[in-house]
Amino acid sequence: MTAPDQTPSPFASTPTTLAGRRRENVARAVLAILTALLVIPLVAILGLLVINGAPALTLDFLFQSPSAGMTAGGIFPAIVGTLWLVGVSLLIAAPIGILAAIYLNEYARESWMTRIIHLAIVNLAGVPSIVHALFGVGAFVLFLGFGTSILSASLTLAVMTLPVIIASTKEALASVPMSFREACWVLGASRWQTIRYVVLPNSIQGILTGVILQVSRAAGETAPIMFTGAAFYLPFLPRSVYDQCMALSMHLFTLSTQVPNVPKAMPYATALVLLGLVMAVNLSSIVLRSYLRSRRKW
Amino acid sequence: MTPPPVPGRPPVARGRSVVSRAVERLIEVLIRACGFSAIFFVFAILVFVVGSGAEFIVHRLSIPQFLFSTEWVPTSLGEKRYGTLALIIGTVSVTSLAMAIAVPFGLGAAVFVSEFTTGRRKEILKVVIELLAAIPSVVWGFIGLVLINPLIIAVFHAPIGLNVLNGGIILGLMSVPIIVSIGEDALKAVPDSYREASLAMGASRWQTVTKVLIPAARNGLLAAVLLGVARAIGETIAVLMATGHAVQIPHSPLDSVRTLTATIAAELGESARGSDHYQALFAIGVLLFLLTFAVNLTADLMVRGRKGNQ
Repeated sequence: MTAPDQTPSPFASTPTTLAGRRRENVARAVLAILTALLVIPLVAILGLLVINGAPALTLDFLFQSPSAGMTAGGIFPAIVGTLWLVGVSLLIAAPIGILAAIYLNEYARESWMTRIIHLAIVNLAGVPSIVHALFGVGAFVLFLGFGTSILSASLTLAVMTLPVIIASTKEALASVPMSFREACWVLGASRWQTIRYVVLPNSIQGILTGVILQVSRAAGETAPIMFTGAAFYLPFLPRSVYDQCMALSMHLFTLSTQVPNVPKAMPYATALVLLGLVMAVNLSSIVLRSYLRSRRKW
Repeated sequence: MTPPPVPGRPPVARGRSVVSRAVERLIEVLIRACGFSAIFFVFAILVFVVGSGAEFIVHRLSIPQFLFSTEWVPTSLGEKRYGTLALIIGTVSVTSLAMAIAVPFGLGAAVFVSEFTTGRRKEILKVVIELLAAIPSVVWGFIGLVLINPLIIAVFHAPIGLNVLNGGIILGLMSVPIIVSIGEDALKAVPDSYREASLAMGASRWQTVTKVLIPAARNGLLAAVLLGVARAIGETIAVLMATGHAVQIPHSPLDSVRTLTATIAAELGESARGSDHYQALFAIGVLLFLLTFAVNLTADLMVRGRKGNQ
């Protein structure tokens, strides 16, 4: 029997492992700092907008039209316009996107065709927003003759958000266990009945989460709507999808680059409203998602 | 109560009217049609963007001039010139600077979030990254105007703060969330058995990251960077507001430039429909489409390649 202190423990630190541990600590610290630095711009931007914009953020600002060459008044038409654009684009993109995802996840088999569809989705998602704008001008404004209108702008936004809706819906559908479908088929249900009564009810909230996220993207875009339907200045509210409209994003662009003598707080307050809207939608989607994950039954 | 199925007959056929089956057939046709919508729209974009500039591109545009001349003078009274080299270099310079910022931050954060955090902290960091990704580009542009512009003027004593540096910082921050989330996916896709094997050999976590995980996830990480590049190339409104609108080849990060995307956004509204100028802008659109198409395709092939290997 030897005393434990006479033979070194095989797990004792050697200079090599100590150096390794030191290096690991340095690396971890550097990575942590890099990551923490990413929080700074988010906090800085929010802080800057709140400090400079909040004083101007009155009910009058939210519910009045711009006046005096956009140097006074509020942003009500821009808020309403953004709601129009987001709503109509969602009405177009959500059904097509969800059905496309159903096809890809429930009907299509792995083949060269689904591979091409996948490539198309990836590339559609990667098309620059200004190219979407050119497409919108060429296809909807001119070719289909919708003119510069809410309809043209919404269609352009819809094409832009489509690939992401497809991808997120597909993920939600794929999260429904295969055994659910098999159980349903065994009972004699057809493919569509299975989707309608088993797959969709079990994934609808996940689908909604993805769709909600696209609301925030559509609300924030400027380039695709600039030439297809968003007006610089339109003091009245749109009455149909064939009217032009103002939009928050476009209004912020106009205020900060095109209009002279704008009171300093106005663009800040506009940016704050836009960012607040987008963040609220995003956060609700994140909260919904974590809630769903916590109560998932399988 | 539906009667029990008659033995020997498929139960599927029972209790379903012809109408309901016709409706089902119709829905399935619709689903199939929508399944191909992505292909349809990619082709439609190509057709309409190319089509709107085709007459000019085919008959009057000299491709060498378009690609290699630095003179973009679409509205001169004399000879109009449509050289995009200065715009291409504008895009390249802003994008490279953006990547110089976004790659270390993005990949560093991806490794940190994926390998060095767990539980609640990981969730919070992911939410922060997601919120960063949600900031609209026009708000970034506004930040470039009101925050980074005066900052650059104060720090570098530059005459104007709307330049390559400003655009690079903003595009960098905009690309980081994409690089983090795709990069994290790539690291997550490396099987845990790789990590366990490495740790069991006595390697530290950091050694595992550098010697095992990064080589194993190399393609996915490269794809993450490429998608960040594609985002930076395609970004429009933020660079329009932050890079200062000067068609020139920059000699330092403090020079103003104009990118391909910003040129379209700035000039489409003021060019007469169908004019050479208008069609030249669509030609730039084609160039952008092909550029991002190539980058995205490469990124996708890299991700696929990785999946195929394992």
